[in-house]
Amino acid sequence: MNTAPATLAQKLIARAAGRSQVTPGEVLTCRVDLAMFHDSSGPRRLQPMLAELGATIWDKDKVVLVIDHYVPEADEESRRVVRIARDWAAEQRLPHVYDSMGICHVVLPQQGHLRPGLFCVGGDSHSPTGGAFGAYMFGIGATEMLGVVVTGEIWLRVPETIFMQWRGALSQGVSAKDMMLAMLGRHGMNGGRYQAVEFCGDAMATLPMAERMTLCNMSAELGAQVGLVAPDDTTRAWLAAHGVSDVEIERWRSDPGAAGTRHHFDASTLAPQVALPHSPAQVCGVDALVPTRIDIAYIGACTGAKLEDLRAAARVLAGRRIASHVQLLVAPASVRDAAEAETEGVMGQLRDAGATLLPSTCGACAGYGSRIPEGSTVISSTARNFKGRMGAATARVYLGSPYTVAASALRGQISDPREVLA
Amino acid sequence: MNTTGRAWRLPAEVDTDQLAPGATMKHGLEVTARHCLEALRPEFALEVRHGDVIVAGADFGIGSSREQAASVLVHLGVKAVIAPSFAGLYFRNAFNVGLLLLTCPQAALIADGERIAVDTRGARVQRSDGSMLECEPIPGFLLDLVEAGGLLAQLKRRFKPCTEMP
Repeated sequence: MNTAPATLAQKLIARAAGRSQVTPGEVLTCRVDLAMFHDSSGPRRLQPMLAELGATIWDKDKVVLVIDHYVPEADEESRRVVRIARDWAAEQRLPHVYDSMGICHVVLPQQGHLRPGLFCVGGDSHSPTGGAFGAYMFGIGATEMLGVVVTGEIWLRVPETIFMQWRGALSQGVSAKDMMLAMLGRHGMNGGRYQAVEFCGDAMATLPMAERMTLCNMSAELGAQVGLVAPDDTTRAWLAAHGVSDVEIERWRSDPGAAGTRHHFDASTLAPQVALPHSPAQVCGVDALVPTRIDIAYIGACTGAKLEDLRAAARVLAGRRIASHVQLLVAPASVRDAAEAETEGVMGQLRDAGATLLPSTCGACAGYGSRIPEGSTVISSTARNFKGRMGAATARVYLGSPYTVAASALRGQISDPREVLA
Repeated sequence: MNTTGRAWRLPAEVDTDQLAPGATMKHGLEVTARHCLEALRPEFALEVRHGDVIVAGADFGIGSSREQAASVLVHLGVKAVIAPSFAGLYFRNAFNVGLLLLTCPQAALIADGERIAVDTRGARVQRSDGSMLECEPIPGFLLDLVEAGGLLAQLKRRFKPCTEMP
């Protein structure tokens, strides 16, 4: 069969749509392999709508519920939301429920639910994180999730592919978060135009899975539908360590000559990047920033508190103490990451440096559970710094990598981690 | 579907957290609606009237997947949002909850407070001086979706075909 060269995104969609090939722009219906939602987007919205429809879940084995937004329950309203999720999960006898085990985008692959080739939806905007594993995964709202849950299908306009081509290797103290902030600074918050972004180039092979997850996670900030990294031996090894075997990788890559837009970046010369209040796309190099005193340093969320992120912070902070006026808050992305970091001594190093440890939940990232104080200046390893997002309209939130957040906590002002690590 | 209403001008990059503030999300749509856009236009939630239209800058609806950022506008009676571009996830959510979005490169010509008429099927907007602004055509299945009142209404027909019977 003679087919035109296809991008990874097109191959993933073609499989889900039962087609040999697909063309950008056409609207198709795809079969969904996995639908993930959390306590905020899921049961409390789905339950009443399912009851109204009198419909049932199309395939419970393909549904994953993660309770991560409103735990630990801080007030009566949070208790109500979480109770609905737990009661519904029990009543429906859902086989895949992860309660207070960490943030959905990190728990999902850690529990072995993702593999290359899958077509998945998530009830959360950071669902493109799954693209790090070679799965086509994107975020949808609760009503659209209802449609998936009762039909097992979703429509899609086949996207173009935007290749973000990175050459070289990152310097010490520079990470995938800096790569993403650099891309946001150049292309803006809708630069992805709801198309498929594929991160590629020889830099990808040097990135561990957690770093690839950070890139794909913040494809949401780029306005892409998905962010993808072609799976390789790093993917296979990570999945094997998380109980996923017989992984096919050769098939899931863009063909040479496949059509798409290409943007070029150099990882080897990249400096740590910081996003200024109140947009992830308002970016400058940390070395170009005027001295900025901070009150709070926040290491958290699916974007910035995975095991690799905690290790990065510990590399900066080991054997040191944070500035006396700074509060360093660390909310590991999952219970598993927290436990491994504990075993490695990473958590101990962070505690000794003066960090306050928080539960492995979404925390203050979106202001759902906890929130940051009004008037504070914050540097955060999370994905978004919209005005008021973290629960305080008068707070000024800067975004940086876990390295940069840790270095800033140490010095009491936004600082270049390379100076500390040197 | 045709509608006439007052235009509310908003800047570019209005995000979902401004439309549906995170701290209000646990309280349900009624409460979220009272805080809709409070950081940008504190008077909006009180003064917006049924049939009004939002006219925004580029990239309206960036951010979260929370569809309350769209349904809150339906709840407040907003008939359409007109902007040069929208975040893709917001675009899907809006049609799924019955909110019409019109992609209009010349949206910036419309003034705050101006009374405008929206011709949905014709994909155009008539300004108060009678001039017409062309919008990108919307695929038929999305127009059907929004005219049905959203995906839930459509699914009801599919899953409860007997409810219309005597």
